[in-house]
Amino acid sequence: MSARNLAISAALVVAVALLALVPSVTNGYQLSLAINIVSYTVLATAWTLFSGPTRYVSLATVAFFGIGAYTVAVLGEELAWPLVLLIAFVIGFVLSLLVGLSTLRLSGVYFVIFTFGLAELVRQLVTWYEVNITRTLGRYVFVDITTSQIYWQLLALAVIVFISGWLIQRSKLGLALRVIGDDEAVARHVGINTTLAKVVLFAFSASFMTLAGAIMAPRWTYIDPAIAFNPVVSFQVLIMALLGGVHRLYGPIFGVIPLVMLFEILLAKFPNHFSIMVGIAFLLIVYAIPRGIVGLIEGAQLSLNRMKGAKA
Amino acid sequence: MKLNAKLLLSLAAAAALGLSAPMLSAQDAAPKVIKIGYAISKTGPNAGGANITQIPNYQLWVQEVNAKGGLMLKAYGKRIPIEVVEYDDRSNSEEAVRAVERLIEQDKVDLLLPPWGTGINLAVGPTFNKHNYPQLTFSAVTDRAPELAKRWPNSFWFLGTSKQYIDAFVDLLVKLRKEGKINDQIAMVSVADGFGIDLSKAARAGFEKAGFKLVFDKSYPIGTQDMAPIVGEAERSKADTFVAFSYPPDTVALVDQARLTSYAPKVMFTGVGTFFPLFPQRFGENAEGVISLGGWSKDNKATMEYREKIRKLVNRDPDYWGSQIGYSSLQMLEQAIERVGKIDRAAIIKELQTGTFDTVIGKIKLENNMPKDAFWLLGQWQDGLYVGVAPQRPGVADLRVPKAPWKK
Repeated sequence: MSARNLAISAALVVAVALLALVPSVTNGYQLSLAINIVSYTVLATAWTLFSGPTRYVSLATVAFFGIGAYTVAVLGEELAWPLVLLIAFVIGFVLSLLVGLSTLRLSGVYFVIFTFGLAELVRQLVTWYEVNITRTLGRYVFVDITTSQIYWQLLALAVIVFISGWLIQRSKLGLALRVIGDDEAVARHVGINTTLAKVVLFAFSASFMTLAGAIMAPRWTYIDPAIAFNPVVSFQVLIMALLGGVHRLYGPIFGVIPLVMLFEILLAKFPNHFSIMVGIAFLLIVYAIPRGIVGLIEGAQLSLNRMKGAKA
Repeated sequence: MKLNAKLLLSLAAAAALGLSAPMLSAQDAAPKVIKIGYAISKTGPNAGGANITQIPNYQLWVQEVNAKGGLMLKAYGKRIPIEVVEYDDRSNSEEAVRAVERLIEQDKVDLLLPPWGTGINLAVGPTFNKHNYPQLTFSAVTDRAPELAKRWPNSFWFLGTSKQYIDAFVDLLVKLRKEGKINDQIAMVSVADGFGIDLSKAARAGFEKAGFKLVFDKSYPIGTQDMAPIVGEAERSKADTFVAFSYPPDTVALVDQARLTSYAPKVMFTGVGTFFPLFPQRFGENAEGVISLGGWSKDNKATMEYREKIRKLVNRDPDYWGSQIGYSSLQMLEQAIERVGKIDRAAIIKELQTGTFDTVIGKIKLENNMPKDAFWLLGQWQDGLYVGVAPQRPGVADLRVPKAPWKK
């Protein structure tokens, strides 16, 4: 390990340690803002983990997020908390394997539409089950988990997501995925099992989302399908990832923080015009910053270097 | 004699307060405004309900209090105006929790008004409780209301449990059956969402216990538009009683379909929307005889005046279930604050739990943080007014059965 890498690693460890102190220095509102930032960081990074290299745009985020929340609603009062999280992870993994196997042969806009439909399908299945089998819609989550504990769990999950993402990028799988993203036909010709690569990565990305949902559920006390499977979440994650930039794993953070802050400001200052303001913001992002903020920074760096080169 | 003594005592107390108040205000600077905050669904699926039942009440109440110069705080001996801080929770639980935290921690509001709907009121419940703000919900129906009131003593559940509505309905049906006006068969449909599921579950148990036969029992997905198959099957079931626990669009579609096929059950109960102002507008004379939740006193001047005020403010009627109860809850809050005489939330909660209050729907005293026999559980459209038909309390209107045939 070079000195530079060592310094970066040390800085990251210090940063995480500092972030873990957030609950002791903030009030309730600031903490819930922090929770919002970390949970969207997890979701957007997990999204980028799969969609970044493969360029498959997924709108299924909330399907998995909601499944995690529902797992807690069903089992939260019955089992020990770590066990509940483990089960949520397994359910998310198995389900995303099934979904991945059956859909990742689709490409382009077909995949986008399918993933959007998937969230709705899961929501309707849960509704059907609750209506016809349990005859209750809306479950109560009364578990003893404090807001600070939710924050720490999310922070830990974020660290895990980043480490996994980093390991995957350095592995053969990461290389395979980049080839797939550039040209899937070429990838198949050079002997990459494209389906397997995509499915495995999709499953990891989706199970992280499921875990995020499970961790967040105790915040709400009451869960019904409309709350757990709110499609707005999928779109927000997508736009945050795009704003940050999806060709780097750390890109989404640069989208999450400004957008969470922007939403807060808009909500506070324009409670009656929120939707239209958000719409305008989205349009600006897509047109003005197509490669995201990270892309913008790297572009600037590149031209700076070029200028330096010209001078020399 | 006793009364006189009481009167004298309170006069003396008032005089003493009147004297002491200026002294107090000299020591203790009075706040310039009382900050009242709320986060409510201005956008998203909940916006419709919030806009009919809740937001006009908030606007009207604040307007009226401020027209008087504000809330009278004895501790400072003067009226202090209300300043409102409002946010949009976008029909999202997580947003609502954060908005309420923001109101408490950043805006430092003195009091909070509740959001709209069962789910979101439950979501913000722990936050209200943690900071001990009174939470007077009037758009949440949950069978766990008594348990929630125990868990969070600062929370009040004005609309109560679904079971209480079903019990009132079953009582009515049992009476009609005894009088030979209906047979013992019931056809029931329900929307596959919170409201439909909760009420149909309670109804299934209630009907069965009272010896009724549920000859048709179906739920339909939220958003269903074609009601022809459902109404057709209900008609073929030969039940005299038709019950639909529906949402506004399906309520309209069901009644439309029944009128189209001239399906006239003797007792016709439909869900949310029946007690909205749009219902008589759309169905005119055909609304006559339809039964649903809520209800309005036909000879209560205070509620009629309240309706006029809402009409003037938002150019439409209030709904005939939650609106009047919501406004009454705000009146209760106002009286509790003025009795306590300062912003002492624990004392205000205590006063709400134990005091008796004058409201547009009459005197209200809470029992276990829920009103008892304070409002109509069931109403029926009669001569263009949605009158209360259950429970049996002063001013109750006689149920009109069978429902008149449809006019085309």
